[in-house]
Amino acid sequence: MSWLTQLFSRRRLYRDLSEEIQAHLDERVEELLADGLSREEATHTARREFGNVGLIEEDCREVWAWPSGEEVFVDIRYGLRALRHSPVFTVVALSTIAIGIAANTAVFTVVNSVLLKPLNYPKSEELVALHQIAPGAEGLADFESGLLLSPSMYVTYSERNQMFQSLGVWITDTANVTGMAEPEQVRVVSVSDGVFETLAVPPAVGRWLSPPDQVPNGPKRVMLSYGYWQRRFGGDAAVVGRNITIDSQPREIVGVMPKGFQFVNADFDVAAPLAFDRGKLILAGFGFHGIARLKPDATIAQGNADLTRMLPIWMDSWSNGPGTNSHIYETWRITPMIRPLKQELTGTVGELLWVVMGTIGVVMLIACANVTNLLLVRVEARQQELAVRAALGAGWTRILRTLLVESLMLGLMGGIVGLGFAYAGVRLLLAIGPSNLPRLNEIALDVRTLGFTLVLSLLSGLLFGLIPALKYAGPGGSLALQSAGRTTSVSRERHRARNLLVVGQVAMALVLLMSAGLMIRTFGALRRVDPGFSDARHLQTIRIAIPDSLIAEPERVTRTQNEIVDRLAAIQGVKSVGFASDMPMEGVDSAWDEIFAQDKVYSGDLIAPLRLYKNISPGFLQTAGTRLVAGRDMTWSEVYALRPVVMVSENLAREIWGTPSAALGKHLREFKDMPWHEVIGVVQDVREKGVQEKAPEIVYWAPLVHNRFAPAVRTATFVIHSERAGTDSFLNEVQAAVWSVNSNLPLASVRTMQDSYDKSLARTSFTLVMLGIAGAMALTLGIIGIYGVMSYTVSQRKREIGIRLALGAQGGDVLYMVLRQGTKLALLGVAIGIGAALCFTRLITNLLFGVTPHDPLTFVAVAALLILVALLACYIPARRATLVDPMVALRYE
Amino acid sequence: MTKSMQRDLFPGALEMMILRTLKRQPMHGYALVQQIKRTSNDLLEIEEGSLYPALQRLLKEGFVKAEWGISSTNRRVRTYKLTAPGAKHLEREVSSFERMLKGITQVLAPGEL
Repeated sequence: MSWLTQLFSRRRLYRDLSEEIQAHLDERVEELLADGLSREEATHTARREFGNVGLIEEDCREVWAWPSGEEVFVDIRYGLRALRHSPVFTVVALSTIAIGIAANTAVFTVVNSVLLKPLNYPKSEELVALHQIAPGAEGLADFESGLLLSPSMYVTYSERNQMFQSLGVWITDTANVTGMAEPEQVRVVSVSDGVFETLAVPPAVGRWLSPPDQVPNGPKRVMLSYGYWQRRFGGDAAVVGRNITIDSQPREIVGVMPKGFQFVNADFDVAAPLAFDRGKLILAGFGFHGIARLKPDATIAQGNADLTRMLPIWMDSWSNGPGTNSHIYETWRITPMIRPLKQELTGTVGELLWVVMGTIGVVMLIACANVTNLLLVRVEARQQELAVRAALGAGWTRILRTLLVESLMLGLMGGIVGLGFAYAGVRLLLAIGPSNLPRLNEIALDVRTLGFTLVLSLLSGLLFGLIPALKYAGPGGSLALQSAGRTTSVSRERHRARNLLVVGQVAMALVLLMSAGLMIRTFGALRRVDPGFSDARHLQTIRIAIPDSLIAEPERVTRTQNEIVDRLAAIQGVKSVGFASDMPMEGVDSAWDEIFAQDKVYSGDLIAPLRLYKNISPGFLQTAGTRLVAGRDMTWSEVYALRPVVMVSENLAREIWGTPSAALGKHLREFKDMPWHEVIGVVQDVREKGVQEKAPEIVYWAPLVHNRFAPAVRTATFVIHSERAGTDSFLNEVQAAVWSVNSNLPLASVRTMQDSYDKSLARTSFTLVMLGIAGAMALTLGIIGIYGVMSYTVSQRKREIGIRLALGAQGGDVLYMVLRQGTKLALLGVAIGIGAALCFTRLITNLLFGVTPHDPLTFVAVAALLILVALLACYIPARRATLVDPMVALRYE
Repeated sequence: MTKSMQRDLFPGALEMMILRTLKRQPMHGYALVQQIKRTSNDLLEIEEGSLYPALQRLLKEGFVKAEWGISSTNRRVRTYKLTAPGAKHLEREVSSFERMLKGITQVLAPGEL
């Protein structure tokens, strides 16, 4: 008989069996009747001789069953029925589990997509970012990006390496595309040869940029991103070979990258060749990101050794011009520290995400504790039923299995419901997550996430099922038919597990609330920091680039910008206007240079410390609300006259000259052949890289300077102070004003300063929201836990309380008794929680600002809050206890 | 009493006796119990209950067939019948049992001690 027909004929088979056994018994009874026994005696004797009918039938059925598999089916059916019979328990337990699993799945989805999944490149594990540090290059070493590569470094590395399959450098930029309906600013990634070979993603249409495209002054060619191709050309495959005007220069399109292709961490519309002119390269120019593909079996360490070996070759091969010392960079102590591209991409987000994952995991534990408590109560109530089953011959393994199958089913059902919530949760996470979260577009539920949810569901089912199951159905479990049902008093032992769970819950909730509290304090501290600008909500910023193909002459560029400022200032409701090479927190790559002070001695040919510099227009500081600490702003007439004046930040003034006022009248310059510039103003420190980063030392040049490389700032952020900032009508007028000066100028990065400010706080506010949610969930679950246990205790002690009241105890005594018990648990939990928090909050030190991980105020406040809430949760059951009517309580049962 | 009896039977003994009894003539469960008791001169009193799981095992293996019918006492009963594979199985079992019994008898034979 095949298993299939077996399965279908099963029901008939079992029916036959029962009928047959019944016939057997009948026959025996008849025989005994014939022997002269009474019917009653005969029936008893027949049954006694036959044995346990139910057990024997089961033994018979077992012959046909798949080994144990079928029993599990029975258990599942039994479990489903049991769950259906107590809908309140089922709904409460299920929703607790579902919410816990949903939160965990949602966060895991992000962790998985951002941190665990390999990058979307072929053999992505071979890809590395050519990161290097330079402890000797003061100023540069402060920031995450380390020391970027110079073009000459790229050439040496590319030609002399032994450990890499390919390598290249790239940089992001913006450019203006004209010749279409409206001028548009596009995001450009400029690449050297080797970059596309390294990423190894084939183009969707056409070909990659190739070595012939990298010839300086050669044919101008570009590639398009899929998105830009769709947006601008409607996905027309015939676009290859057509021209597109970029920065007033026609370029031929040679290919399109496929959908979903991500250029490292940069969003791009157009990829253009860097086309280095090798004859003109010098050692310096450390502005390029390096990317490489290691040889298949090469390690990171071998890669680093290879690069270290090439550094002297690089210094010998190139120069910074006649009379300079090539080996000056030895003092920078350049150290290659290549890292896997994935690590480079995810950066510090990893730590943040793991913290969030950890806290959400703790919430899950608390949820499991709650469900365990519910199950304990439930098993206790079902003791009689289980005792009957045991008496009917079910072994303890069988009962254990029944209980475990039931809790596993709860877990699985919770997982299924939770998965639905998780989908919404991921949406929510993406909405509140930092918009600069890497790999944002890759975040999706996948097989691994589903696997995680499944494992989590089963594990939590096992976790909250095992304790009650072992306690009541384990070997030597307390299954006793006689005592079940009539409970005279409550033994301490019976409450130990529940009390321990509550203590654990309170302790875990305390740790989470503490973390959330520390984040709130951090957020507060960050908000109190003076960012170096004011009234951010009413500061409109737009970025405008003037390429030299549009306006070649530097002074004309500045005059155009000046004209834009004047037109913008004429708009109704505008208080003032200015522009700068970039705004604080804008995320534009900073510019660095060596700055020499005239009255300082720089020994030998040592390189002066690198300083961040900006170009700002007259009126910019006033518009942005950046205070002048000493001296004055520059004027437009000084700018056009190329008067050698400069401003510095307060911290730079203090570092070089001691006080801000001492800086006034002193001189500095950036190149040997540049005239000395007089310091005319000292500007308050600005939190350039975000509120939590230290304000860097900054040199403020005029927009038009005596500089052979970049005499005028061509790409500038205009800032407009107006109550109307951000409104559509205002932006229309702004656009019209700019186009009235030059209709070929696109407006890019249109936002308010508040947007940039919020974005710089995004990481902190995201962490705050996540820990806040986790803390709130923990608190709620904790309250429910305490409340549930106290309520149950009171209901169990009703008789005892009734007796106490009958013997003359006052309501207050009973209230006090119950409250004391609850408070004892809460206090124990808080004490353990504080101990744990002292260890765990240290893990989030890097996310904190202006507050220590052991901040006493937070500790006291959170502990007080928890105790208060716990008291409240105990008060309701305690109050109920005082209302027990002794007569009713004693008559009951 | 019956418990100890059951413990003394070796695994497969009950099945062997059932098959042997059915070889003589098909019969239903109750009759089987009575028959085994009678032929063993009441030396063996098999627990009635344990008969049925054994019958199910034999059914599953295909050594016996079952059919609903009417007994001599005019009641609806399920009659079991030996099949060809069942007969072959019985032969094998009996011969291996006899070998075993011979061995045991020799070991237990007096004089060797």
